[in-house]
Amino acid sequence: MSEVKGNYTKPQFYILLLLRLIIGYHFLFEGVNKLFNPSWSAVGFLLQSNWIFSDLFILIANSPTLLAISDFLNIWGQILIGLALIIGLVSRYAAIGGAVLLLLYYVAYPPFIEGYTFVDRNLLEFLGLIIVMLFQTSYIIGVDGLLGKVRSEKNG
Amino acid sequence: MAENEKMDQNSEKKINRRDILKGLATTPILGIFAYDFYKKKTLAKLKNKALKTELGLSDLSSKQIQSTYNPGEVVKIGIIGTGGRGTDLLKAAGFMQKNSYDDLYKKAKGNDRRAKRRLQTFHNQDMINVQVVGVCDVFDLHAERAIDIASNGIQPNGESINFKGVKRYRRYQELLANPEIDAVIIATPDFHHAHMTIDAVKAGKHVYCEKAMTLTEDEMYEVTDAVKKSGVVFQLGHQNSKNETFKRAKEIVDKNLLGKVTLVETSTNRNSKSGAWIRHLDSNGNLKPGSPQTIDWDQWLGNTPKIPFSLERYYGWARWFDYDTGLAGQLFSHEVDAMNQILGFGIPKSVTSSGGIYFHKEGRDMPDTFQSVLEFPDREFTMLYSASLANSRSRGRVFMGNDASMEVGGKLKVYANHDSPRYKSKITNGIIDPSDPIIQYPETALDIDGISSATEKYYAERGLIDTSIGGKNMDINHLHVKEWIDVIRNGGETGCNIDKAFQDTVSVMMVHKSYVEQRRVEWDPVKKRIV
Repeated sequence: MSEVKGNYTKPQFYILLLLRLIIGYHFLFEGVNKLFNPSWSAVGFLLQSNWIFSDLFILIANSPTLLAISDFLNIWGQILIGLALIIGLVSRYAAIGGAVLLLLYYVAYPPFIEGYTFVDRNLLEFLGLIIVMLFQTSYIIGVDGLLGKVRSEKNG
Repeated sequence: MAENEKMDQNSEKKINRRDILKGLATTPILGIFAYDFYKKKTLAKLKNKALKTELGLSDLSSKQIQSTYNPGEVVKIGIIGTGGRGTDLLKAAGFMQKNSYDDLYKKAKGNDRRAKRRLQTFHNQDMINVQVVGVCDVFDLHAERAIDIASNGIQPNGESINFKGVKRYRRYQELLANPEIDAVIIATPDFHHAHMTIDAVKAGKHVYCEKAMTLTEDEMYEVTDAVKKSGVVFQLGHQNSKNETFKRAKEIVDKNLLGKVTLVETSTNRNSKSGAWIRHLDSNGNLKPGSPQTIDWDQWLGNTPKIPFSLERYYGWARWFDYDTGLAGQLFSHEVDAMNQILGFGIPKSVTSSGGIYFHKEGRDMPDTFQSVLEFPDREFTMLYSASLANSRSRGRVFMGNDASMEVGGKLKVYANHDSPRYKSKITNGIIDPSDPIIQYPETALDIDGISSATEKYYAERGLIDTSIGGKNMDINHLHVKEWIDVIRNGGETGCNIDKAFQDTVSVMMVHKSYVEQRRVEWDPVKKRIV
């Protein structure tokens, strides 16, 4: 692996790869942890929603059907995004999906409403995923690269 | 390796081993993840299982789901005393003033979290099918407000009431004479509770009486006799019996998870004018409404010494022993009720109280610094109570057992004691950490935000406002009133029936008497008198 990695220098590439893997690991852990915790539900989080969209979030929390859907999408969304980022499969879309989720968490309960600064972990992780989306690594290390090869082999 | 690189160059489009390796290079992370997760889970499970087996806790975490509530026939009630507390109780019964509701609704729409929670809590109330047909208050403003609430208020289902049959009575005796009224809520100042309760039960009305039950020891015996003879449904306003946290605390004590409890310590801590019952001024420092023209002062004074009209006394009556037993009746009474519910200790053998007026010098009998020691030698334990009206630091409500200690308020936490014989091996092998609670309830603690008023925050911390049942935030005043109405309809026992109310009141009387007479007082179980 002595070549320059795509358009990146080696340090740039490995840092970007590490960012993708770390965020993927976090998503996978959060998702699997919720999956194995039968009593987990987003209800508490949704009910605390305090910003402009809180009506919507509270509506979801108060409807058993919507809540079940929201819990299901949360758990499996997190698991699939985590897996995709780690193995480098459709990483770009996973990063977009993850960023959307984090943005939802952020607007549901933005820290500045409570008088804290506007920066919190959700915001930072959101930006991390934007970087993962813009500076891709999965075509070098990841299933995306392998699939690209398969495709170009077929075409060629 | 050199050969591989050569192959790479030769076959850029062919998939080779190297491409596969690069494609799957990160998948081993999933193995690491699985191991990491499994390890954490099994460790947590092991700890949890060992703990649960040790504690016999399997059923503690089960959530209560409320079944659909089905009220019976309408219960017609009268309310005597419609000041702040009376208005709270009307709300608990399902009647909220339209203005207050609209105001709350507007604030909730404007994303005020506290308003949202309050509004939701009101909507969570069951429709208990009561009708307020009689209102009695010596203050025109309060009486008219109550009539407005009972006639045009908003119900928990969000609909307006539109009831034209509410009548105002100038004297409570006239209200009691109305045969249409089944039950009365008494929320007057404490010194009126006894004669009103006695007259009400004599008139055959069921009674919900605010605490403290009576002003004097003699009244306590008279009220108890009258209620017992009458067979009406009586509920004393110690609503904290409806708090889930206290129910859990009782289960924990009953399962002997704390070991032998020899000391319980409780306190009430406040640091505001309103919290110290200086209440005749509004937030701008102006006198609150009320004048000899609008308040029937003679009736308000009742049998107490005749003094000129005083707004300070009208709003802040709890500060004077002519009208109240001070901290004993106002705050200690909730504490002793909570403790008695959990431990079932009954009546103390002896009580010693002390304290003084060290901070609030504006004129009062009620001490602002106050301590009481209640001894239960037969049960082999002591209850300590300490109050400050000059510092609001929360000092908790703690049960000290020789195996564990338990803190009970809006939340409940049990900590294993470092030197506990029972938990020793678990502590040594790391299953129990004495600095982490071994039991916590609710698991997501009731959150109190930074903007709640000081007094409200105080009540929430003491577990006196809301409780969470099956994930729903419930007003415990509502649950307490509802229980009273349910028992009126269906029979059974109220949570603070006359027997429990009597025990609590004996403690209150002993605590107060010891302070006033500056001596240790005892309960004579044979004569059934305080000596």
